[in-house]
Amino acid sequence: METLNPLVWNGKEPELWNIANEVVDPEIPVLTVVDMGIVRDVTREGDNITVKITPTYSGCPAMEMISTDIKAAFHRKGFNNVSIEFVLSPAWTTDWISDYAKDKLEKYGIAPPPRSTADKNAILGKPKEVRCPQCKSLNTVMISNFGSTACKALWKCEDCKEPFDYFKCI
Amino acid sequence: MSNNSNAALLEFVLRLGDNNLILGHRLSEWCSNGPFLEEDIALSNIALDYLGQTRILYTYAGTLEGGKTEDFYAYERFEHEFTNALITELPNGDYAHSIARQLYYSVFADLLLTELMKSKDATLSGYAAKAIKETAYHLRHATDWTLRLGDGTEESHQRMQKAIDDLFMYTGDMFATTEKEKSLVAAGIAPDVPALKAAWTKKVESVLKEATLTMPDAATWQMQGSRTNRHTEHIGYIIAEMQYVTRAYPGNKW
Repeated sequence: METLNPLVWNGKEPELWNIANEVVDPEIPVLTVVDMGIVRDVTREGDNITVKITPTYSGCPAMEMISTDIKAAFHRKGFNNVSIEFVLSPAWTTDWISDYAKDKLEKYGIAPPPRSTADKNAILGKPKEVRCPQCKSLNTVMISNFGSTACKALWKCEDCKEPFDYFKCI
Repeated sequence: MSNNSNAALLEFVLRLGDNNLILGHRLSEWCSNGPFLEEDIALSNIALDYLGQTRILYTYAGTLEGGKTEDFYAYERFEHEFTNALITELPNGDYAHSIARQLYYSVFADLLLTELMKSKDATLSGYAAKAIKETAYHLRHATDWTLRLGDGTEESHQRMQKAIDDLFMYTGDMFATTEKEKSLVAAGIAPDVPALKAAWTKKVESVLKEATLTMPDAATWQMQGSRTNRHTEHIGYIIAEMQYVTRAYPGNKW
């Protein structure tokens, strides 16, 4: 069983949170939607389960699929009355991705966001250092602030010459 | 909430949503037509952010009107019912024109959202807190390219200056307001949009100066109309394309 992201799990309903934690992000299948901080709350009232989710970016096209996948995961465990609620506030931030999940991202080949958005440089797209997920060099440059998905920027490594995705800090 | 203040809130929410939808639609026209791959992706990503922001606002408008869907606002209204700022509906022009518009609009959006985060309306303040993070990236993108083109070659400088000059007459309309909106300002729900003009001018001026470009004359005649249901001729073409399928197959689901 995967660890529940301590930055979002409120310590309640571990059984339900663990079911939600089986659902992976369709764009980044190495992380679950709980690792990502997309799942904000899971509550139960009688037989009715409510899962609150928040989008990473307003236009994230994966939200529909994530909703469907969460419902399916609960159905497989015998919970048939599952409703998904979209919440906007507080706004999603990369600070909700746990360090454990950041390590998984890097192993997968995506440079993780810096540890905290409190670093203003990071928000402005100038993180102190972005490490190449392939060769671990810090000699890297940004190609574009916009990448293959809304949440990623495109970087390249000046040492191993490989381009790579960098998870944007917001 | 009284009927009057509800109508005012609806008008304001649609103004925000329409700006996003129409500008997002224009930017999406760059998809597969960008000057190079990374910019193609960047402009399409920004378009997607605007579309996502529109959905939040139209969904909220639907709840204010009791059960209308987000699709209604995008697909079932006519030209004069859209309240987007005129600058958002202008054709893309060359790449410099699109960048000039992004600069003018992103500086405006950043200031507007900063104020909107303080709104007493929880949906609007929540929306603003989300959207401003995306806008920070849009603003940075527009600023970087204005610097690169303005302080680039003789040709890029001249074309960027032309774009800045051509679009300036449409910027005043972004700050237009209405009597209904003024009542929301008094209630602490909407920011005082015309009051953002001074900060906007200062910021745009500083970017242009760094890009070796000249700020257009503040006394330039300004086109107005978006808050009185008057548009440029271009809105009809956008809507015709955007609404064609839903009008050809009303109520169809796929």
